[in-house]
Amino acid sequence: MSGAHRPWTRDALDSALVEQGHGGRALVVVPAWNEAEALPAVLVELSSKIPGVDVLVVDDGSTDGTADLVRRSGTASVVSLPFNVGVGGAMRAGFLYAERNGYRAVVQCDADGQHDPADIARLLAELDAGLDVVIGARFAGVGTYQVGGFRRIAMKFLASSLSRITGTRLTDVTSGFRASSARAVAVFAREYPPEYLGDTIESLVVARRAGLSIGQLPVELRERQGGTPSQSSFKSVIYLGRAVLVLGLAVLHRGAGKDDA
Amino acid sequence: MTTTIIGVLAAFAVLVLTVELLRRRALREKYAVIWLVVSLVAVVFTVFPGLLLRVSQRLGFQIPANFVFAIAALVLLVVGMQLSLEVGRLEDRSQRLAEEVGLLRHDIEQLRRELAGSAPTEPVELSHAAARDDRDDRAADDDGDAGGSASG
Repeated sequence: MSGAHRPWTRDALDSALVEQGHGGRALVVVPAWNEAEALPAVLVELSSKIPGVDVLVVDDGSTDGTADLVRRSGTASVVSLPFNVGVGGAMRAGFLYAERNGYRAVVQCDADGQHDPADIARLLAELDAGLDVVIGARFAGVGTYQVGGFRRIAMKFLASSLSRITGTRLTDVTSGFRASSARAVAVFAREYPPEYLGDTIESLVVARRAGLSIGQLPVELRERQGGTPSQSSFKSVIYLGRAVLVLGLAVLHRGAGKDDA
Repeated sequence: MTTTIIGVLAAFAVLVLTVELLRRRALREKYAVIWLVVSLVAVVFTVFPGLLLRVSQRLGFQIPANFVFAIAALVLLVVGMQLSLEVGRLEDRSQRLAEEVGLLRHDIEQLRRELAGSAPTEPVELSHAAARDDRDDRAADDDGDAGGSASG
């Protein structure tokens, strides 16, 4: 329990008061799967760089004590899923939590320290400027993040496709660093796609279909502070194939998506 | 002749197995219908081999076996599709349940800590909640102790 404790459990008990919950506050959701190595530093940095924001770690079926580590830290709440459901499912739990507790915005932030918490305030500022979904984007002129070869081509292809679908220029649609407004949280709490790549690619199609405004903000990506990258270059070809399939299905889903430019 | 007997026995075995599984409620009705139909049709065709010959010829199959294979492939396709759909639905449900379980666990932990930590002195914001708290004071204290030892 952190500092000034909020009496939100009373609100949860009395559904009539849920709306008053955390009105005006933002929630940082950190999906974590076996991130005990990198997570402590991330939590410390989050609480020092953005002290006014609540942090929720969604422990996605970790077996390395990630959840206990968060509980001991005392700086973040933790929702512990009984088994691994993937980033999409973990985020949906986070959006549900945010909606039920009346947060005004959700920022998704990776547990491996790649995302600079200092950028969270900038993402939230974009929401205040009227956007519903803001992607913290690499390859947007800031930072030196590089990926090689085929994977780079795949990401460029996805970015241009989704730029066309959403009607706005996006350079990095697979970024796991993004902010969602209260409107977006309401949509995502119900239908955040839990499948592979759903949290990145399909979620943008869902947002677009729900009439949410989408934009991006250039951010710098840092070195991972622990763990191993989840994608090896060997998997790049399969990655592109699956990504194209996910994108195609997302667009075809319920016959929507025809209204793209 | 022996092949006919084997065929009849096999078809009957499937029929009996399906009915028995249904009787034990191990097999749900919605999956059983297709197997009941398949085994019944198989019994009929093995008991009356001439029927199979005539039906397949009427439908334009050169060899009755091809007719059987075609029907078998079709049936398996439908069964496979149905199972895929069901697995997808179950996956979605179990995932949503996992999310709910996680959220509920979080709420329980929070409530336990609150009860253990600040039950007697904490000011209560809601008037009806206050009444409830007073009434359940004893129970709350007991729960608080239990929660404290469990989470501490």
